[in-house]
Parts: sequence; structure tokens; C-alpha cells
Amino acid sequence: MKAIVAPLFLLVASWGLPSWAGPADDCIECHAKATEKTAAGKAAKVVPEDLAGSVHKRVKGGCVACHEDVAPGKDKHGAVKPAQCASCHEDEVKQYAGTLHGKAKAGGKGLAASCADCHGSHDIRKSDDPKSKTNHANIDATCSACHGSDAMVKKANLPGGNIGKQYADSIHAKAIHEKKLDKAPTCSDCHGAHDMRAKADPESPVNRAKVTETCGTCHGKAKKAYLKSTHGKLKSHNVQNAPGCTDCHGAHGVKEHDLPRWQVDVIKECGTCHLDYIKSYRDTYHGQVTELGFARMATCSSCHGSHEILPKDNPDSKVSDRNRLATCQACHPKANANFVKFEPHANKHSLESGPALYYTTKFMQFLLAGVFTFFGLHTILWLYRSLKVVAARRAAGESEEKR
Amino acid sequence: MAAVTAPAAVPAPAGKHYRRFGPVERVMHALLMITFLGCTITGLPPLFSDHAWAAGLAKAMGGFKAIALIHRICAAVMIVVFVAHVLRVFHAAVTRVGLLGTLWGPYSMVPQPVDIVDAWRHILWFVGRGPRPPFDRYTYWEKFDYWAVFWGMFIIGGSGLLLWFPAAFSSFLPGWMFNIATVVHGEEALLAVGFIFTIHFFNGHLRPEKFPMDLVIFTGRITEHELKEERPKEYARLVAQGRLAQLETTPPEPGAKRFGWYVGGTAVVVGVLTIVVIVWSVIL
Repeated sequence: MKAIVAPLFLLVASWGLPSWAGPADDCIECHAKATEKTAAGKAAKVVPEDLAGSVHKRVKGGCVACHEDVAPGKDKHGAVKPAQCASCHEDEVKQYAGTLHGKAKAGGKGLAASCADCHGSHDIRKSDDPKSKTNHANIDATCSACHGSDAMVKKANLPGGNIGKQYADSIHAKAIHEKKLDKAPTCSDCHGAHDMRAKADPESPVNRAKVTETCGTCHGKAKKAYLKSTHGKLKSHNVQNAPGCTDCHGAHGVKEHDLPRWQVDVIKECGTCHLDYIKSYRDTYHGQVTELGFARMATCSSCHGSHEILPKDNPDSKVSDRNRLATCQACHPKANANFVKFEPHANKHSLESGPALYYTTKFMQFLLAGVFTFFGLHTILWLYRSLKVVAARRAAGESEEKR
Repeated sequence: MAAVTAPAAVPAPAGKHYRRFGPVERVMHALLMITFLGCTITGLPPLFSDHAWAAGLAKAMGGFKAIALIHRICAAVMIVVFVAHVLRVFHAAVTRVGLLGTLWGPYSMVPQPVDIVDAWRHILWFVGRGPRPPFDRYTYWEKFDYWAVFWGMFIIGGSGLLLWFPAAFSSFLPGWMFNIATVVHGEEALLAVGFIFTIHFFNGHLRPEKFPMDLVIFTGRITEHELKEERPKEYARLVAQGRLAQLETTPPEPGAKRFGWYVGGTAVVVGVLTIVVIVWSVIL
């Protein structure tokens, strides 16, 4: 129903109004009552305290500055149109029209957020007011009214599912709400506000090509390391499939990097592209223990690094011939030149990883198959004979008892 | 049980009992059994790390550090038992049995031509082509069990030590030996677990004549009837040499029987469950 979204309090019934439309105090005389209803039967109540804290409290003209079609001095008025924010905030409303929200609204999707959904109506406060819906610390709650509500996500088919919930668990949300760090990013820091754009829009700060820049606003050091890495170079060459910040860290649910759960889960992210490598990794004790959910063993980044990943033929790589020993020694302090001949990504089913490993694997497979085939048959035949013998004995025993 | 007690030829209802295994052998088997189970349930989670039950089992046992510790304690005890056994064999060889008796004859664990003949005739008996061959003190399948454990000790134990102390071993071994050790440790473990929990359990306990359990390894005692029926060659030799009376002993101690039923029974149940889980995991 459109009426839910159109600010209801703006539609005022004409009957039974003893006062006239005009400055706040005069309108409030009627509209403070809970009994005030619109023609459609919706509440048309205005809470005086809301108005008292509003940035529009002293706006010239009072109520009619926004509710333009109510003539001052009339004690009875018909249905009124939504408040016209554009009368004063022309640029912002124009910008808004270009956003996903604005386009959805214009396209007839009444559920899409408009000015009042984010800013409030009679209670609009300046962003630096801690009670403002657009205060830095409150923005996530404001956006979550829709993007954090399962019902709303379903109803409006919002992309990304319950993003509010994902964000609430993130290191960024915790920084804002628990550590009171007002520099930590909230929704609008990455997505923008009146200039919000779809992810697919190349100009959007959350477009795949722009994410590095966006995250790098705060994470300058990580960005610098990343841009030098194989992944970063691919990205710079406009290979947009190359992993960026959000591919490993996620977007809304960014976790602490030392969280064990995240450390073992991110392995799977690497594995979405490096299919052979995750398979051979899971053949090693490192990979098995992390797959069981314990982060104490080497993960991808333990050996390859994270933001600064380089191919092993690059001497600066953590796994280059020059650096490999030092990399292993981070966990195995006594590792030596022999030790690093371990192949952390050996494929036991291929001769490429060495004939010794390949033929040992084959030998073990034949041994298992041979032993189980011979003794499997041996057991089945024995069981067959034993059952017959026992049955015969039982029959003999019974006949003896009868005797 | 009518079948066992029916013939009038069998003496007194209690029956005579003869000693088959000594206390040291019984304790060693119990230790081997417990540590083998310990290594199995702590070793399977990493081997099947891609299955949900593996992570659940690892967590239930106290996490990765706990299972690694239990695995190594069990492994260390098993190695001690193995070394003690080898020392006992050497000791017996130089004192009682002699080198020849250790390597040949009915009291030797070494496979001999008679074992091949026995195996062949046993199989013929399975398919109804002849009588059951008369077995001696150690049958061919018991010798196979024995050497499977012996071989397994070297293969799993050796590769396990390599993976336990990689830095020490890399002082003289190349790092790719750890790749081989990982493969060998896992595959041989599957072989050992699969063999013990199916073939050994069937041969020793679960086959209809023994079902549900043969307590001989726990009590150390075998009845005269069993000795005559299952190991006629040994019985005949003992009678001929007049040594049978020396081996006669008291009926099984209740404690040993209880241990056999409860601890051994638990091992059988856990083992069979393990096989079900492994087969299910390999197929799915």
C-alpha cells in the first residue's frame, strides 16, 4: 500500500478542526490529539516534543512551509500532499532522484526509502545531534529499518539479504558502538547518502573497480601492499574478477583478522579460485586441521601473505626460494634446508609431484585393495560355512535332546 | 549352547581349562587394544576432515590440541608395548625357545608351508570341498594378524614419528618425505582400522562359533573342548609329550571375564560403528 510510505501525518482530515492551519502552535492544537485521523483513517497525530527538537522548529512559515497546500488561517482543510522537501533542499532531492532509492520510488516502488525514511519527519535533527537518525552512530539503525528487517527484505526483495544483521556483527559496527570510534565506517561512508549508486554503476564507491579505493580511504597501508600484489596488479589492469578487499573480507560482515573462525573460513574464499591448491592443501595436516575448524595450523596467508601475495618466482614472495625457509621458520623454528623441500601442495595422484610420492600412493592403494579383497572374500565364505555348521549342530543337538 | 555340552564324552560340566596366553600377553593385548582405539578415534577426524562428523568429533574430544595429545600418548604407549614384545621374543629365543624354535615350528609366528596348505584347505572347506583342516597353536590368519600389526607398527609408527618430529628428521631426510609419510600414515591407518574392525573381529569374535566374543585373549584360558576341536594338532602334541597336565589351570577369573566383556565388548561396538561411519563417508 502506497499510503504506508507516503508520510501519513500529512494527510489531514477536514472535519472537526476547531483551529486554523498556520504556525506550529496553531496546528498542534488539533494535531497533538491521538484522535486526529486522515480521510483514509490513518493517524494524523504530531508529537509536540518531536517538533521541539526538530531542525525545522523555527523555519519561517511553520507547518505550511513544508505542507504547502494548506492555506494559513483555515481551520478546516482537505487532504494534503506530502511535504515538499525540494522547496528548500532542491539539490539533495535532485541527487536523490538519481539514486537506487529515488529511481525505485519514481518507478512505482512505494516501499523505497524517501527523505523522511532516513531523516524523519517532524523530528528531523541535524546529523551532529546524537539523537538524529542520520547521526553517524545511528545510520546503521536507520538503514536497518529496511535492510535489517527480514520481513522488509522479503517484501521488497532487497539485494544481499539481511545486511543490517551482517553489519551488526562486523568489526566496523563494533568499533562504532562498543569502542565509540566515530571514524569507523557506517553504511553511508561506503555507499554515500544522497549520491548512493547501484554497485554495478562504475561510479559507485562499492563498484568492484572502486572498492580498493573506498576501503583504502582508511586502510591506506593495506591498500598500498595490495596494489603491489598479484591480485592488485590484475585489478589495476582492469581484471575485475581478481579478488579485491570484499572478496576475502566480505563487505558488510568484515571480521577481526585474528578471529579463528574467520581465519579458517577465508581459506575457502581462496579455494573458490585456486581449486587445485585447496585440494592439495586439504591433503596435508595443515589443511586437515584447519578444515576441522582449528586455526592453529598454517592457512593460505601464513605462507603466502595476505595483501602482499606474490608469485613464487618473484624474489620478494614469501614462498620464493630466498624467503621460504624464513616463512616455514615462523612456525617451525628449527626448520632447515631439507625441511623446506616439503611440498605443501603435492598432488599424490600425479607424477609431477615426484615419482616417490606417486608410486607410494599407488602401492598403498594396491595393498589396501588386495588385502580387503582377499580377506573380504575369505570372511564371506567363512561366514557362509560357519552358519551352515552351526545350524547343523543345532539340529543335531535338538534331536539329541529329544532323545 | 546344547551343541557344546551335548556329547557324553566331555568330562565334568565345568570342564578343564588350559592356559593359552600368559598374563603379560593378555595385558599387552589390552594395552594394544585401548591405544589402538585411542589412535583411531583421534586420528579419523583429520583423515576425514571434510565431513561434518569429523569436526563434531574433534570438538567433542576437546579440540585439536586435545586430540593431538591423546593420539601421541596412545602412540607412545603402543610403541612401548611393541618394543617390549620384540624384546620378549628375543629373550625367549636366547633362553627357552632357541633361535630355531623362534623361526620355525608350531610355536613360531613365522609363516611356513603348512600355513599355505592350511589356508588352501580352509578355503576348500568353506566351499564344501573337504573337511576342516586341523589347526595348530597358531593358524595362518592369526599369523597374518600378527604380521599385519608388526608391519603396521613400522609403517604407521615410523611415519607418525616423522610427522611428530619433523625438524629432527629433516636433519637427515628431505622434506618431501613428509609428503610420503602423510600419505602412508593415513592409508596404512585405514588398512589397519578396516582390517582390525572387520576381519580380525570376525575371525576372533563375531563368527557364529564365537559370537559375540571369544574371551581367550582376556582370560588367557581355553577349554579342553575348544582346544581339542579348534587346535587338534596342538592338543595331540601336548598329549603325546605329556605336557597337557602342566598347562591345566583354574577357570577364568571373574575380573578378566568382566574386562573382556565390557572393555573388549566396547572395543567391538566402537569398532563396528567406526566402520559404518568410514564406509558411509567413503561412499557419500
